[in-house]
Amino acid sequence: MDHLIGALIGAPLLGAGILLVGGRRLDRVGHWIGCLLAAVSFGIGAALFADMLGKPTDQRTLTSHLYSWVPVGGFRADVAFQLDQLSMTFVLLITGVGTLIHIYSIGYMAHDENRRRFFGYLNLFLAAMLLLVLADNYLLLYVGWEGVGLASYLLIGFWQHKPSAATAAKKAFIVNRVGDMGLSIAIMVLFTTYGTFSFGPVFAHATGASQAKLTVIGLLLLLGACGKSAQVPLQSWLGDAMEGPTPVSALIHAATMVTAGVYLVTRSGAIFNAAPTAQLAVCVVGAVTLMFGAIVGCAKDDIKKALAGSTMSQIGYMMLAAGLGPIGYVFAIMHLVTHGFFKAGLFLGAGSVMHGMNDEVDMRKYGGLRRYMPITYVTFGLGYLAIIGFPGLSGYWSKDKIIEAAFAKGGTEGWILGGVALLGAGITAYYMTRVMVLTFFGEERWEPAPDPDKTPGVEPGIEVHPGELPHPHESPRSMTIPMVILAFGSVFAGGLFSINSAFLKWLEPVTGHSEGHSPVSTWEVTAATLVVLVVGGALAWAQYGRRPVPVTAPRGSLVTRAARRDLLQDDFNHIVLVRGGEHLTRSLVYLDHSLVDGAVNGTAASVGGLSARLRQVQNGYVRSYAVSMLGGTAVLVAATLLMRAV
Amino acid sequence: MNPINYLYLSALLFTIGGAGVLVRRNAIIVFMCVELMLNACNLAFVTFARLHGNLDGQIIAFFTMVVAAAEVVVGLAIIVTFFRSRHSASVDDASLMKL
Repeated sequence: MDHLIGALIGAPLLGAGILLVGGRRLDRVGHWIGCLLAAVSFGIGAALFADMLGKPTDQRTLTSHLYSWVPVGGFRADVAFQLDQLSMTFVLLITGVGTLIHIYSIGYMAHDENRRRFFGYLNLFLAAMLLLVLADNYLLLYVGWEGVGLASYLLIGFWQHKPSAATAAKKAFIVNRVGDMGLSIAIMVLFTTYGTFSFGPVFAHATGASQAKLTVIGLLLLLGACGKSAQVPLQSWLGDAMEGPTPVSALIHAATMVTAGVYLVTRSGAIFNAAPTAQLAVCVVGAVTLMFGAIVGCAKDDIKKALAGSTMSQIGYMMLAAGLGPIGYVFAIMHLVTHGFFKAGLFLGAGSVMHGMNDEVDMRKYGGLRRYMPITYVTFGLGYLAIIGFPGLSGYWSKDKIIEAAFAKGGTEGWILGGVALLGAGITAYYMTRVMVLTFFGEERWEPAPDPDKTPGVEPGIEVHPGELPHPHESPRSMTIPMVILAFGSVFAGGLFSINSAFLKWLEPVTGHSEGHSPVSTWEVTAATLVVLVVGGALAWAQYGRRPVPVTAPRGSLVTRAARRDLLQDDFNHIVLVRGGEHLTRSLVYLDHSLVDGAVNGTAASVGGLSARLRQVQNGYVRSYAVSMLGGTAVLVAATLLMRAV
Repeated sequence: MNPINYLYLSALLFTIGGAGVLVRRNAIIVFMCVELMLNACNLAFVTFARLHGNLDGQIIAFFTMVVAAAEVVVGLAIIVTFFRSRHSASVDDASLMKL
């Protein structure tokens, strides 16, 4: 079975190669090739999963050594894969949700003339993401890490004729670069500390390094995770990344790629366990982001951006759990999987709504859509119930566990982290209810479609009749079927995982698990969560469900306005980083002009001045030349005599 | 007679020649002064040959005469040509070679 791991990555990679090299002649069949190879990858993953289930717990890790990549003296970098329970979980999530979104994209991108290229990029993303989770050393993981960054860039900027999309793609790439720098330095420090990149030896000797080094490695890994997973302070790219096509937002910027940071932290658990400071930093970043994302999500009127804020917030939950150490790793990954289902479903639902509404993204111009899009309404609604943690649905099982684990950290930290997680659950209920109510309930607040010539921001390919009211309609079957499947996942996944603690037992051999001592009992946490959930939902209902919603957003309070601007994150970046950078370069240019150029020009000027003076000696009179000759001779004779005398 | 005295005479003649080259403007006079300097050198060479009791200095004196003769041929030709074009024998009129 070992060699199948290579095929797992190879299938989508082959797809990307065929689709991107094949060119226009594959336009007709391109999407089928893309879907097929994604499905092949999922099939192989499922086969490996079945095989793995049949083995005893301690023999489930598969390794596959493909070739030695860079063997130079003591330096060894191998292209080798490792498939354990953690990687398997990701493989199934990536290929499973990935395949569904491929199928959805057939319908969603039906009118886009570049659909083949789109599927090529999607396959490229799958291959890179699989490489990331299957690598058995940090260097190969980094290759996958950069690969998903590239795919993300290409897909955010897929409609690069829109200036906003091109800018968003660049922004995502550059912000990610900051995180990647952290990861690359972390890998270098790892190598100098342990002398190898491979997971096995590194984790076996993790505790052998000094505390300071472990903390540095942990914090740098966290920086990398922050970039890819859109955690504070590197979260600013995620909101803008919604400029990409909606399937991309669902697959990459909600379900899979942005969870790479959580994977990194969980995978490096041995290092984090040995570095409590770094672990606490992970917790703090997670807690701050979960509030940050939730607050931003409350204020956005753009349906995709509200969901992006929610993604940020949910990944904050996962980071928080991963930072708790062995108490939380399993729940971080469990929430990651359930979140993969319901967030992908929510995004696909949002895409379906936009599809039916002439690509309007402003929720204030929706309303009453439940009558026109029943399937979207039901699947989106189930995703909504799952994400807010409605008892019995997926989100309930995973999120509650994280809140419990946060309390179980113990001490003041436990109370603070648990409190934040609990409050975050309430805010989640608020903003998701708001999205739900604004979109599917209330009166119809539709507006005529904008003129595409005047508003270049409209997504191409969908027929827009300027001046006409939208005719909301249910999306084609290729779009609704994935939504239905994901809705099933949103409903049942969490419950299935929790039967007999199946998920816990499955992952425990890899990540380890400890119960912790919670100061509050399980049912108290559950009750408190339900209370904040009801309060949050009721608040949103009172604000948006019972009163008519103004089509243009009211000015709002100071906090609302700040949240609408991503809590001034971009302004902060602009003032501190962009302006700071400009000042730095300007002063460097000034230094260059005054100091470096000054020295060079000064030398030239002084040489020029001196030679102008010396030129006067050349007066053309033979007698003066004779004098200088005589003088020179006299000097030579004098020097010779002097040397003799000495 | 002490041969050193010839050296003093040689130095005196050389100085007179050098001063003449530096201060006079007439090309012919300058030329004669150069000849004077060359012959002062010859005198010194011959004196040294006598003092050291070998023939080196005398041989060099012959070389100098040959060079001086050649120089006179070329130099007078230049002066004559210059005079024809400028109607002047002053070396200060030949001052075009400058920046």
